[in-house]
Amino acid sequence: MPKLTINGKEVEVDAGLTVLQACEQNGIEIPRFCYHERLSIAGNCRMCLVEVKPGPPKPAASCALPVAEGMEVMTDTPMVKKARNGVMEFLLINHPLDCPICDQGGECDLQDQAMAYGYDGSRYEENKRAVKEKYMGPLVKTIMTRCIHCTRCVRFVSEVAGVDDIGLVNRGEGAEITTLERAISSELSGNVIDLCPVGALTSKPYAFTARSWELTKTESIDVMDALGSNIRVDARGNEVMRVLPRLHEDINEEWISDKTRFACDGLRRQRLDKPYLRNKDGKLAPVTWGDAFAAIAEKIKSAGAGKVAAIAGDLCDVESMYALKQLMAAIGSPNLDCRQDGAALDPSVRGSYLFNSTIAGIEEADACLLIGTNPRSEAPLIAARLRKRWLQGGFTAGVVGPQVDLTFDTEYLGAGPDTLEAIRAGNHPFAEKLKQADRPMLILGMGALTRPDGAAVLRAARQVAESTGMISGDWNGFNVLHTAAARVGGLDIGFVPGEGGKDTAAILDGAESGDVKVVYLLGADELDTAKLKNAFVIYQGHHGDAGAHAADVILPGAAYTEKNGLYVNTEGRVQAGFRASFPPGDAREDWAIVRALSEALGDALPFDTQDALREKLRADVPGFLAIDTIEAAEWGDFGRAGDMRADPFVSAVPNFYMTDPISRASETMAKCVDELSAAADGATGTHG
Amino acid sequence: MSEEFKFNDENLAKAKEIIARYPEGRQQSAVLPLLDIAQRQNEGHASEAVIEAVAKMLDMPRIRVTEVATFYTMINTKPVGKYHLQCCTTTPCWLRGSGDVVDAMRKHLGIDFGETTPDGLFSMLEVECLGGCVNAPILQVNDDFYEDLDAASVVKLLEAFKAGTPPEPGTQIDRQTSAPAGEITTLQDLEFAKG
Amino acid sequence: MLQDKDRIFTNLYGLHECSLAGARRRGDWDNTADLIKKGAEWIIEEMKASGLRGRGGAGFPTGLKWSFMPKENDGRPHYLVVNADESEPGTCKDRDILRHDPHKLLEGCLVAGFAMGAHAAYIYVRGEFFNEAAALQKAVDEARDAGLLGPNAAGSGWDFEVYVHRGAGAYICGEETALLESLEGKKGQPRLKPPFPAMAGLYGCPTTVNNVESIAVAPTILRRGASWFAGFGRENNTGTKVFCISGHVERPCNVEEAMSIPMRELIDKHAGGVRGGWDNLLAVIPGGSSTPLLPKSICDDVLMDFDALKEAQSGLGTAAVIVMDKSTDVVKAIARLAYFYKHESCGQCTPCREGTGWMWRVLERMVVGDASVEEIDTLLDVAGQVEGHTICALGDAAAWPIQGLIRHFRGEIEDRITKRKAGGRAAAA
Repeated sequence: MPKLTINGKEVEVDAGLTVLQACEQNGIEIPRFCYHERLSIAGNCRMCLVEVKPGPPKPAASCALPVAEGMEVMTDTPMVKKARNGVMEFLLINHPLDCPICDQGGECDLQDQAMAYGYDGSRYEENKRAVKEKYMGPLVKTIMTRCIHCTRCVRFVSEVAGVDDIGLVNRGEGAEITTLERAISSELSGNVIDLCPVGALTSKPYAFTARSWELTKTESIDVMDALGSNIRVDARGNEVMRVLPRLHEDINEEWISDKTRFACDGLRRQRLDKPYLRNKDGKLAPVTWGDAFAAIAEKIKSAGAGKVAAIAGDLCDVESMYALKQLMAAIGSPNLDCRQDGAALDPSVRGSYLFNSTIAGIEEADACLLIGTNPRSEAPLIAARLRKRWLQGGFTAGVVGPQVDLTFDTEYLGAGPDTLEAIRAGNHPFAEKLKQADRPMLILGMGALTRPDGAAVLRAARQVAESTGMISGDWNGFNVLHTAAARVGGLDIGFVPGEGGKDTAAILDGAESGDVKVVYLLGADELDTAKLKNAFVIYQGHHGDAGAHAADVILPGAAYTEKNGLYVNTEGRVQAGFRASFPPGDAREDWAIVRALSEALGDALPFDTQDALREKLRADVPGFLAIDTIEAAEWGDFGRAGDMRADPFVSAVPNFYMTDPISRASETMAKCVDELSAAADGATGTHG
Repeated sequence: MSEEFKFNDENLAKAKEIIARYPEGRQQSAVLPLLDIAQRQNEGHASEAVIEAVAKMLDMPRIRVTEVATFYTMINTKPVGKYHLQCCTTTPCWLRGSGDVVDAMRKHLGIDFGETTPDGLFSMLEVECLGGCVNAPILQVNDDFYEDLDAASVVKLLEAFKAGTPPEPGTQIDRQTSAPAGEITTLQDLEFAKG
Repeated sequence: MLQDKDRIFTNLYGLHECSLAGARRRGDWDNTADLIKKGAEWIIEEMKASGLRGRGGAGFPTGLKWSFMPKENDGRPHYLVVNADESEPGTCKDRDILRHDPHKLLEGCLVAGFAMGAHAAYIYVRGEFFNEAAALQKAVDEARDAGLLGPNAAGSGWDFEVYVHRGAGAYICGEETALLESLEGKKGQPRLKPPFPAMAGLYGCPTTVNNVESIAVAPTILRRGASWFAGFGRENNTGTKVFCISGHVERPCNVEEAMSIPMRELIDKHAGGVRGGWDNLLAVIPGGSSTPLLPKSICDDVLMDFDALKEAQSGLGTAAVIVMDKSTDVVKAIARLAYFYKHESCGQCTPCREGTGWMWRVLERMVVGDASVEEIDTLLDVAGQVEGHTICALGDAAAWPIQGLIRHFRGEIEDRITKRKAGGRAAAA
């Protein structure tokens, strides 16, 4: 550990740190624009200059300078002050003075640092440069005259997102950032907005809608995929204006996907804001909560316990599923399922349905087998994490399933179960690669499990894991990549068929045949509603989507930004989301709706508050005691023997931008589908 | 993109030979030479189609090739004339009268920097120091340097080009390359030259 | 004055055959294997002893630079890269070596490459030197056909290839790390250092980048001995050097002379003197555009070497002497250089990208006196904010000529401002 002095104070820091990092660790702030700890070092903005001895008599860029024994670093000398003043002045001479109309205003690095390190006036008397706006797609708005050429956006898309779409063309003062007038072809493109230290790249959908200081900021959890990315929801009044990432090293680092960030305009459209009941004419008409509950009570009573069923959808908070499970128990029906897609997940062995290696654990793996998954569309940050690992070297990834550009090199092994079987049987060279690896892992996608032979596929995957050394004392490389934010929570609390109960497929069949009379859809929209025609369908949810259209009664619930709720991510990590705004109209928080319905059914559930519900839940399911921790899940025998079919695996998410009622209601996501999916369709499978 | 660009057989062979000069996996090193070859084949213009073709051949993202193409002044991202007149006006040439030379060219051709004559024969570009300062002022026409010019000789030169009878490149006065005009002060007493 | 028998570049003007046969008659490729058989250490020590300092402008001792290459091979290839991106305004010496004496360079590549453990050299020739690159390529082909390059080059037992690579118009590629970026097929944007090229250069491999002249003189130094070379010029400024004399002289030319020759002697003897006589001299830029100009009073007796010119607050640079007589608009001459640096800035670092344009625009106004006297100090201050604040030395190079102008011709700038103000008042009255 080198010893050095910073501003005369002796400090000891880890070898390999840069001077900038050493200063940060010791509480000394170094201004910077181009430097970003998750990107390669560019050293071009020159804002982080410090004085260093020994060395030439000129300031050095601290972001790029490694610490050395005996180094003297000074950050407060006249040389440093002058250097910062100078760089600040240069950055501002061609920067427009349009802060009052700039969306970055109030959260702008340039603004902040100009206050702290700049001169109080300008000596520049020439004309300022003007730069033409560039088109970067439906998400990123450009005002390129503001650009300070830090190249963070260039480095982000090429290094983290893995698409070489942004570049700096021309040279000297003519240098310009551009995508050559094309949309950025990444699911992570919106992160360049956060990275841009000025207002050159801003959010197109958010443009001119709010000022940062008038927003109420709520820290919460994302539900657009199963990762549980940590987010901040910014609302003005009762309207969600934007979603931003929050740092969580083990999940999303500081990135979020474009759906997580931009689908929030879907929260304003097609909302269910009052209870509805299908009237004699077959039309849904607004009713009171009391009337809706009365209608439900009547149907449930007449149907009889065994003919009532419940299916939980993909965006549900754990509390509402738990309440509904309690309600079903009170009714006496074992027919419930949280696997609306019919995935052959086995709730009895927790290790069988988790991303056991953890997301951060990907970085420790040295070989990976992807089965029936396209992480780019199912969970872009998993793809980014795999890419990060790949960039470090010594990492092999093999693909069985859809052949897509994952932004890192993969070995394409085959399309379907025959390849998986060959690996399982040890007849495939990739099996040997997995065996040779120190920490092999596999990622099993929903596309491989939501097939008739899903249980056999699950078994084969387990056997691959077991036979190639993925399961050892301190390592579990068996990973299920969920696509539904609610899924692991549902499995954890046992929102699955009870003794003799029906699963999703049986419920749907039963509804068709008349075996099931009442179906309760808790935010379940991704199923074949045509099969529900003969049943009395209760839809509880927040959007007028597939479920609501099939419903006989609608109970308006709250979207994820409108309620406090627990979610368990694909790793099995319990996290708490918080309410950023209130549900519209008469809509209510979901657990409370179920609780109110239970009272109407004459047997009130034993919790009056969400805290009381959680207490009961935690008593039932001990895992819920720990927020944001991961415990190794038990391993066991799972999957079912059986023949696997010949048809190839496909991704469970063919269209990243539209996967759920919120993103389907989002105009921004619709624009993305128009512009980006079309472009992607034109590319070949190996494009990249 | 309107047109497509394809390397002709000769240039394809040349491109392959150039790529082979660099270690395996480093074919990106050939981007400037390939842009040069392709633009020559394309009437001196590195169009978007040219950039695309080079990107494809070198397995480079388009934006990276575009960055390169727009960084270097000799890659012409806009069309140029048959005779691309690159006028050095940096201080050493300016001291020797490049201003007069350029004015004479402007007057004679009726175009300015960045423009092409209507017949497509000449385009003019102001360039920085061409590295022939002891033979200033210099005009580079396509690949060749014409040196020691003045207003009169440059007009003569342009007329010769127009007539299809361009003179030998190099100095346009009575002089041996970079040696002082008139009596050469050195290298007159060399052993090997005596034998 | 240096005698012809001590001139290294005996075909500087192309008076003789440039071919291999011609080169051999001039003594090139004469038992190169013997030089190599003396070993890498001997070569490097001999180069150190000769006192040769890099001829590309910075003047770093060449032998010392070669010694920085790792002695043990860790499996990565070593590379010699020759900087033939000659673009510093005023400089045109490497051009003559490339087109008239290319075999000196190639032989130099072999001995230098061997000394640093390299089996390949890339010669990066500025794109505008199309014909020079062709001449060089012809020489490479000849040498290869004759077995002087390629496997067991010149019978030395050392395999060695030389590749010619053409640039495409970017002054910044003369900066060694920008050159490496360009050679790797990227924009020529200089790299952060460390790591230095000797540790991680071309393709991340140990690399030494040398100027054409530095490499081309090596075989002669090794043949004739370090002490012969060290016998010219003053201590720490030894050897012979190709000077380029341009601007307002009677007979502009390139010429090889001994280091430390008085500037006046150089100009008078070889370039026919200043146009209109020595007393008509206004100022001289002594070492290429980036070196601050010197007024006549200093030129009268300054020596042309690293230390003397440094003492005069300028530099030898590339030894490109740009002469300006009294007819020169010296503010315009420097403003034109400011424009050059603005045009050639890669755009990477803030101070250079923004500062070079700022400085140029202010200077253009000062050419016609459209400024205030206080702006002279502002300009000087801005130049100081650029100098020393960038990744590479282009920022410094842009600042120095302006600092030199203000140092020696502040009065001239002030006069123009005052005159214009007075003229304005007169017109208004």
